Amino acid sequence: MSVLLIAEHNNKELKAFTLNAVTAASQIDTDVHALVIGNNCADVAKAVSQLPPVKKVISIEAAHYENFIAENFAPVVTKLAQNYSHIVCSANTFGKNLMPRIAAKLDTSQISDIIKVQSPDTFVRPIYAGNAFATVKTSDSKKCVTIRPTSFDPCESSGGSAPIESAEVGEEFVLTKFIKREEIKSDRPELGTARIVVSGGRGMQNGDNFKLITAIADKLNAAIGASRAAVDAGYISNDHQVGQTGKVVVPDLYIAVGISGAIQHLAGMKESKVIVAINKDGEAPIFSVADYGLEADLFEALPQFLEELNKLNTIQK
Amino acid sequence: MKILVAVKRVIDYNVQIRVKEDGSGIVTDNVKMSTNPPDDNAIEEAVKIKEAGKATEVVAVTVGEEKAQETVRKALAVGADRGIHVKADGIIEPLAVSKILQKIVDKEKPDLVFMGKQAIDDDCNQTGQMLSSLLDWPQATFASKINVKDRKLEVVREIDEGLETIEIATPAIVTCDLRLNEPRYASLPNIMKAKKKPIEQLNASDLGVDVVPKIQQIKVEEPPKRKAGIKVSSVAELVQKLKNEAKVI
Repeated sequence: MSVLLIAEHNNKELKAFTLNAVTAASQIDTDVHALVIGNNCADVAKAVSQLPPVKKVISIEAAHYENFIAENFAPVVTKLAQNYSHIVCSANTFGKNLMPRIAAKLDTSQISDIIKVQSPDTFVRPIYAGNAFATVKTSDSKKCVTIRPTSFDPCESSGGSAPIESAEVGEEFVLTKFIKREEIKSDRPELGTARIVVSGGRGMQNGDNFKLITAIADKLNAAIGASRAAVDAGYISNDHQVGQTGKVVVPDLYIAVGISGAIQHLAGMKESKVIVAINKDGEAPIFSVADYGLEADLFEALPQFLEELNKLNTIQK
Repeated sequence: MKILVAVKRVIDYNVQIRVKEDGSGIVTDNVKMSTNPPDDNAIEEAVKIKEAGKATEVVAVTVGEEKAQETVRKALAVGADRGIHVKADGIIEPLAVSKILQKIVDKEKPDLVFMGKQAIDDDCNQTGQMLSSLLDWPQATFASKINVKDRKLEVVREIDEGLETIEIATPAIVTCDLRLNEPRYASLPNIMKAKKKPIEQLNASDLGVDVVPKIQQIKVEEPPKRKAGIKVSSVAELVQKLKNEAKVI
C-alpha cells in the first residue's frame, strides 16, 4: 500500500497547502510518493523532494501541462495510479477540478474534502456546509481522496531528500485550450493562510467604506475577507469571499464586521481560533460563534479600534 | 444546439439542518426541499442561451426518488422544454449519477451538459467532472461567465488564485458557479404551462447502472460546538481582551 500525492504548484513554487496535504497523506500510509506535473517545474520537484514524509518524487514535464488542464493531467495520473492504493490531492479548486476525472477513470467513488484520517479506508468529512460531520468508509480497492488543507498541519518543508524520477508524458487533450489567468496580486498575506483576517459584510454599506477595514488590516498585517452579501453587492471582488462558496479560513483571529453570520459564511470561518464580531444587531447569528462580541455601530467602532491599536506598544506580526 | 441540464433535489438552503439522534444521517422528514442552488444557475444559463437564439432545446434531467420530479417541474416552469426523471432511491453516489447521466447523454446526444458545481447536501463536487471523464469531453468547472461561440464556448472559471479563462470545444460539460447569473422566478402562468410539458420516467435499473453505494456512511454527527463567548462593552475592552486574554494581537 502506498499513497500518490498530486502536488499543487505554479511551475515555480509549491503551493503552501500541498504541505498540509502531505501530512494527511502520511497519516494514510507512510509510503508517500509525490507527483509533480507541469512545465519547466524542476524547482518544484526539488522542493517536494525535501519534504521529509515524501519517499519518492515523480516528475512529468511537458508544454501542455503548463496550465494544469485536468483533461491533460487525468490520463497520466490514472496510468500511475495502478501502483498505488490511494491518490490524494488538496481540495482546492485545482484538486476539485482534477480528482473526480481521475476517480471516474478508475471507477472509484471519490471521498471529497476530508478533515480527518481514521484509518486507510475511513475518513471524516463535512457535509451540509460543515453543519454535520460524516464518518465514511469506502469499499473501493483504489481510493481517491481530496483533503481540506486547513484541517491538517503543514509538514516540515526541509530535511528530506527523496529521489526524483521522471515518468512518461501523456498525450495532449486538444479540445480544451487555456486562454488566460487573472491572478489577484496583493502585498497582504493570502486570505487562505493569513494569521489574522478582517472581514466586512453587507453592513459596510458600500465599497468605499471598506477602507475602514483596510486600515485595520494594514495595522494587523491581516488579510481582507468579505461575506457573500458584500461580494454580491459589488463592494469588493469575489476573491475575498469567505464561506461555503468562497474560501474556508482558519486564522488565529477572525474579525467579522457588519456580517450577520449566514450559515454559508459561518461554514467558511467558524473553525478560526478566536472570533470577534462587531455588529449593531445584537441578535445577529454571528454572535453565537464569536468569542468576543461587540454590539456597536461599525462606523464608530472601526475608527476607535484603529485608535486603540495605535496606542499599543507592540502588535504581533 | 441542445442543452441537457442536470438538477438535484436537496434540503432547502435556508433550512438549518438537524442530525438524527441515532447518528444515521440528517433529518429529511417534513423538511422543505428545493433545487440545489447552483443547479438553478445552470438552468437559467441554458434558458438564456436558448432565448438568445443559440440553442434549440433545453432538457432538464434529475436522478432520485419520486419527489425529485418536482425539481424537473420547476426547471420546466422557468423555461426548460421537457424533462427526464431517472428514478432511484436512497443515496446515489456521484459516480453512479454520472454513469446514469452518461446513458442519458448517449440517448439524447446533447451538445452541452450543464449542472451546478456542487450539491449543497453532500458537498461532493464530483458529478460534472466524472461525467466529462466518462465521455472524454472537455470540462469547464466553476463557471462564472459563458460565451457561446460557433461550436465552442469561452468560459471564465472561478479558481483560488482569481479567474481563469478557457476555451472548450462542444460537446462539453460546464459546472456552474452561483455567480454565473441571477436565476429567475417562475411566474404563475408558466408554472401552469409547465404542468403540460412532458417528463419522461425511467428507472436507474433499466439503464443498467449499478447504483449500490461504495461508500458506507458509518455515522453522522454534529460538529463540535464552540464554547459560548462573551459580549464586550467597548472597543477599548475588546482590544485589551485580544491583547492580554486571547493573546492574538
